[in-house]
Amino acid sequence: MGILIEISESLQRGDFENVTALTERAVADGVSAKEILDAGLIAAMDTVGERFRKHEIFLPDVLLAAKAMYAGMDVLKPLLADADVPSRGKVVIGSVRGDLHDIGKNLVGIMLRGAGFDVIDLGNDVAPERFVDAAADEGAGVIGMSALLTTTMPAMKAVVELVEERGLSDDVKTIVGGAPVSADFAREIGADAYGFDAANAVVRVKELMDIS
Amino acid sequence: MKRFLDRITDGEVLVVDGAMGTMLIARGLPPGACPEEWNLTRPEILEEIASLYLEAGADVITANTFGASPMKLAPYGLADMTEDINAAGVAAVRKVVGDSAYVLGDVGPSGRLLKPYGDADRDEVYRSFERQASALVSAGVDVVFVETMMDLNEATLAVKAVRAVSPDIPIVTTMTFDDTPGGFFTIMGVSVEDAASGLAAAGADVVGSNCGNGIENMVRIARLFGEHTDLPLVIQSNAGLPEVVNGELVYAETPKFMAARVNDLLDAGAKIIGGCCGTTPEHIRAIRGAVDSLVG
Repeated sequence: MGILIEISESLQRGDFENVTALTERAVADGVSAKEILDAGLIAAMDTVGERFRKHEIFLPDVLLAAKAMYAGMDVLKPLLADADVPSRGKVVIGSVRGDLHDIGKNLVGIMLRGAGFDVIDLGNDVAPERFVDAAADEGAGVIGMSALLTTTMPAMKAVVELVEERGLSDDVKTIVGGAPVSADFAREIGADAYGFDAANAVVRVKELMDIS
Repeated sequence: MKRFLDRITDGEVLVVDGAMGTMLIARGLPPGACPEEWNLTRPEILEEIASLYLEAGADVITANTFGASPMKLAPYGLADMTEDINAAGVAAVRKVVGDSAYVLGDVGPSGRLLKPYGDADRDEVYRSFERQASALVSAGVDVVFVETMMDLNEATLAVKAVRAVSPDIPIVTTMTFDDTPGGFFTIMGVSVEDAASGLAAAGADVVGSNCGNGIENMVRIARLFGEHTDLPLVIQSNAGLPEVVNGELVYAETPKFMAARVNDLLDAGAKIIGGCCGTTPEHIRAIRGAVDSLVG
């Protein structure tokens, strides 16, 4: 399907205007919204994530590609039946208490959405209770925590402990990331996973949710 | 006091102080609080930190104004206090150092992404930097550091805003690079080569790098800068990335370890050397010692 390839190429270039126009044309040509979404937008965003992971492209490219993906999604949303809306599961994300940095966390949100997850972004400076309450209320399978400051990293441990305290450990997995965070630190605090960058975080979340 | 840039031109190497954030937290800055608000409410702590770094031998002492642009203060509801916060940060350091060290007006990133990647207008970001720069220059800083930049466009706006406010204040500019398989790049994809030429074109007097992942990478970054610019270089390395030891966060690089790399930094053309995250007055004392023994 030529037009899906065109959509994918425009998305990867971050050409959101073209993605909107091409998505509209594909709909007019009778391509199903579900197919445009899966084979066009999401497939393209997967490629973007992969190239970012390999350091072939940089954050600005990912941000523009994500903008293009959202532009295409806006066209498709009214046409998608609820059952079509991609959801590989819900993930609650946020920067931990005390941390006002959000570039990394936003990037993880973009990549998770691009990979078909339903993302609940709690923003910055999120208290441990809010993470765990949101996961419980929304039925999220994963809590993703970001920290850029070494001083806020201990707040991650508080979230992991609270998940345990509330007896949610079987249903809610935890993943941590951010510049100063390491796999060792994740192990040390008992988190279920560590994502060393945004693309890697998506791979780990898929593992936590048993999605290959 | 001899002019800042003249000392570099005359062959001196200047030592800047080390980390601020970790020092504030060690003195009780609560999570989520605005570090720069302490300029107004706890000036005695800023004076204490300045005196520790002065005593350690720093020639240049940082005012606690990294996040004191109105755009960065806005989420705390403190944008209206921009002038007071910058003035108080500068006054705390000046009170301690007098004429015995330079007072550094610190300008960090706006915290927003410029369009089209984010939602911030260039004009809006420029005006924010201009207002902070104006406050710093009015407060009497000796030099402005535009630091921890990741987007060359934003760094350029900041440098131009400072220059517009003052035709002659020295401007030192650093960007923060990650070590990737394809070389050193900022998170926004700026290479060292692009940073060197772009920051020079913006009008910076001294260019280089801060933060990062340890001083050995900084030696490599400094060498790369040297290949692409004739401007004097500045390097402010962190003490490596923190590791967890017995549940506590510990920065790996000791004062001795960092001081042992000063020679390589000098060879690469560094004229201003200081510390970033995880460095302490002890690190600065060791760097001071190395600089003194190597630069005659």
